This record gives sequence, structure tokens and C-alpha cells, in this order.
Amino acid sequence: MSNTPATLKYSRTHEWIDIIDENTARIGITDHAQDLLGDIVFVEAPDVGTTVAAKDACAVVESVKAASDIYSPLSGEIIEINDALEETPEHINQDAYGKGWIFCIRLNDTSELDSLLDADAYDEFANAEDH
Amino acid sequence: MPFIPHTQADIDSMLTAIGISDIEQLFDDIPNELRLKALEHVPPRMSEKDISQLLRRRAQQDGQPLGFLGAGAYEHHIPAAVWEIATRGEYYSAYTPYQAEASQGTLQLIYEYQSMMAGLTHMDVSNASLYEGASALAEAILMAIRANRKCQSKRILIPRTLHPAYRKVCQTIVKNQGIELHEIDYQRDTGTIDVASLQDIDGEFAALVIPQPNFFGAYEDVDALTDWAHQHNALAIAVVNPLSLAILSPPGAWGSQGADIACGEGQPLGIPLASGGPYFGFLCAKKSIVRQMPGRIVARTVDSDGKPGYTLTLQAREQHIRRSKATSNICTNQGLMVTAATIHLSLLGPNGLTQAASLCHHNSSQLKQKLCAIPQVTSRFGNAFFHEFVITLDQPVDQVLNELGEYGIIGGYNLSKDYPELPNSLLVCATETKTNQDLDSYAEKMASVLNRKSL
Repeated sequence: MSNTPATLKYSRTHEWIDIIDENTARIGITDHAQDLLGDIVFVEAPDVGTTVAAKDACAVVESVKAASDIYSPLSGEIIEINDALEETPEHINQDAYGKGWIFCIRLNDTSELDSLLDADAYDEFANAEDH
Repeated sequence: MPFIPHTQADIDSMLTAIGISDIEQLFDDIPNELRLKALEHVPPRMSEKDISQLLRRRAQQDGQPLGFLGAGAYEHHIPAAVWEIATRGEYYSAYTPYQAEASQGTLQLIYEYQSMMAGLTHMDVSNASLYEGASALAEAILMAIRANRKCQSKRILIPRTLHPAYRKVCQTIVKNQGIELHEIDYQRDTGTIDVASLQDIDGEFAALVIPQPNFFGAYEDVDALTDWAHQHNALAIAVVNPLSLAILSPPGAWGSQGADIACGEGQPLGIPLASGGPYFGFLCAKKSIVRQMPGRIVARTVDSDGKPGYTLTLQAREQHIRRSKATSNICTNQGLMVTAATIHLSLLGPNGLTQAASLCHHNSSQLKQKLCAIPQVTSRFGNAFFHEFVITLDQPVDQVLNELGEYGIIGGYNLSKDYPELPNSLLVCATETKTNQDLDSYAEKMASVLNRKSL
């Protein structure tokens, strides 16, 4: 069973969202998502300073099986990316919620947070999608 | 892999398996009025004997002219062993195999090809080839726009010293993708790009295309152009003649950082002139942008027993995985042409390649002197060149070319159609295939044609 920390928020496109403060969120892909993708070999992160809209594809995670777009769950500006993934993309497999984070975003519209799922709702969503 | 046709028994068993009685039933969904009953304008079939005779007659009409026409496709000596080996059953395929890992020999050959091209261009990686030079450049342009993350512009600087056909093909391929090809002019006295004039270009651009040698055969200042592109956050795309790289500075060594992408036409490496094709394009790049490369890439690895083996790699770029976001819809390569080029390169070796390139330069230099000794002929551009040069005549080129044709000489390429500012100008090439006698013969016939017209 995948690990879904109750302290985080989730999107229906399998990203996790850690709300660091009222204007900033850190984003990665869920343990469930990394498990489906298999061994991750490359991450193409967005450029710092890029403005993204919610649901825009803004990064690519490439595994031995597939290349998958990562969608920004929220609108805002990319303020930091996880440079370490360039050398060690396997951090996403090993520690999806920790060292495997992908980017941080400064939020444009905090009301978008209301549309995110909590851990229970995400588990339910992911289970339903699997069956 | 041999061609094995289906027997009637094969067809019957397949039809039975899918539950129909006749192949025609597969096409039932196509309305009758849309069906072509017969192929108009296609003549009735001929016997093997008749078709052989017809084609022999047609081939004889071409004669065996002495050719001084280059302009993108070049006559070179091809060792007889090249096509003897390339057409063996084991090699005779145009494709990368579908069950790639079951075709280790084909994969190894492509790997050797990639290694040779990367060595020749001094670039980190090569793909398994593309269709031909012009579309390889179009792919390089698309790749540069994807790869250049410092610049959001979809504008590309493309010099008029690039082959006119390449400019047209690139325009056709990229114009509906919101990409602008911004043409840059050349200096009239040298036939090359003036690096200083580039300062006048406003706005951003993703890449600068640098042909070497350029369409006029002349040498661009590739070091300054490459550095200039990098100073302006643009990538440098090299378009090179692979044979010339035996004696010229390779794209990977241009300027302080090297070109980012090197591409071009592979025909000079063992592919005969045959009514325009098939040829092959090559594309090499720096490792940092390999994920934006189009086409297939073969890699060497080890299997579970630790034995060396070959495999397709970085396939997440490709359309069977990446779908609409693939780097390209190119999914195969010019396998047979690449096979010939790989054999050609291994037979010539570095020394043979250098000799061929040097002899091309020597012969064309000799020919230029001989032609420019004729009073009605002047050299158009004064500077150094590889194996092609431009001369200006005292009269229109087309008629002169026709009259040379009557002597069995193909005199070169008339530049005035693509370059109206170069009237009466002829692009001439002499490769290593020409003897001193051939060069003298051309110069004599040229003199007599020009004298007759001048009287």
C-alpha cells in the first residue's frame, strides 16, 4: 500500500502539495505515482522564474517505462527547483515526499488550495482509478 | 531479412481466422464511388526483357558526362567493396529493426556509424541518421528551439549562403509551427557572412545556422559566428560537408564552446549520385541537449551475464512512448545508406578521408586557375574555398551550360536564379574523381564555347 502522509494535500494528477507558508507550496509526485512509473531516470524541471497556470504541464519525469508530464496543481511563479534531481532522479523513487520534491511555487491565488484533495480523498481517488 | 510473400494457403488461413471469405470484404467500408477501379496513366505491364531494354536505352540517353556540378551532391570514388558488402542479405534493410534487441548486428553497425560521425564532427552524440541533409537541418532547427531554454524566441537566423534548397525545405517544415526563419545577407566581395553586420539584428533568436563550407564553397568565420551566437544566448547549428571535416576544423571545436548541433548531408560518404537519392542526413549534438534530439539512438551496454550488447536508448523522446510530445515523428533512419557510409568510412580510414578531401581541394584549385585564365572568366569571390568556387562569365550561363553539354560536360550550377544579384555566375566543383586531363578538357571547351559566343 502506498504511503500518503496526512499532512499534505494532493491533486488528481498525482502531485503532492506541501503548503510551506500562506504564499508558498512545495510540489512533488506521490508515492503511488512513482510506484506506477517505475525507476525514474531523468527529471526535466521548469526554469526558476517561469509563471505557470494551474493544470499546466511544467515538468517531465522520465522513467524506464514512460515519460510523464507533471502538472502544476496551482497557479504562480516557480521560485525554486530541486537541482539535486539532475544527478539523482532516483530520489523520487526512494523518498517521494522528502528528497524527491520537484519545485516550489509562489501562489497567485490561494483559493485554488480549496480544490485540492486531502490524504483520504486522494487514496480513495487513486484506488478507484486503479480498478 | 528476405522478402517472403504470402502463399494462397497463408491468405486463406488468415481470412478463416478473422471470419471472412474474401480480402475485398476488408475494404467494404470504403464507398464504391471513392474507389479507384484502375490506375490511369500507368502503362500496361512489360516483360523483364522489355523493361531491361527500355531502361538500358534510357540510361544511354544520359551518356557518361564529365561532371563539374556539385551544389549539394558530389561525385566521389566509392570503393567497389562498399556496395558489395552493404547489399549482402545480412545488411540489406532500410530500417532500424522493430525487434531491436534481436538484431544485434544491425544495432552494432548503427553504433559504429554514430561513433564515427561523433568523431568526425567532434560532438558528443549522433543519432542513427535522418532522411537527408535539408530535413536534417529542419530537425536541427526544431531541436534548437526546444533546447534553448535561455530564450523564448522562435526565430532562427539563417544565412543566404546556406543552400537555397535547404532554406526552402526548412521553410516548408517549420513555417506552420510559428517559427520564423530570418535571412541574413552575405558580403558581396567574399561570399560569406559579415560577423560585424549581425549587430544590426534586433530582438531575440533561438539559434544561428552556420554553413561550412557555404553554398558558394567558401569558408565562413565559424569561430567568430559560434561565439557570437553564444554571446546572444542562441545555439549554433553547424551545417557541414562530412568529407570536408577530414581537413577542416570540426563543429565541436568551433569558437570557445563548440557548435551545439552539427548536421548535414551524408551523401559524400559512399552514396552514389542517382537521380537525387536516396541519401541520408546526419545529426550530432552536445550531450547536454541529447534529450531534445530527434530520431533513434543506439547505445552499448552489458547484458545480465556482463557481455557487451547494443540497445536503442533514450526512447522516451520517441513517438511510440512520448506520443504527441515526441521530439520528432522521425522513427526510422536511412539504414542502408548508413550501412554504406559506415563501410565507406572504415575502408578509407582517417588517412583515406584526408587524402580524398585534400585531392578535392587540390583539383578544384587547379580548375579555378585554369578557368580564370580564360579572358571572359573572372573569379567572383576572392577567398579560400573547399571544393567548389564561383566564377562570373561575360554572358548568360544557361546557354554556355547547354553548349558544354553538347561536349559531354556538365559545367556547374547556374547561380543567377537563386541569387539575382549574381548574374552570369556559375558554381563549379571538381572532386578527386577528376584527372588533370579532365580539368584541361573542361577549360578548353569552356574557352571555345565562350570565344564562339563572343564573336
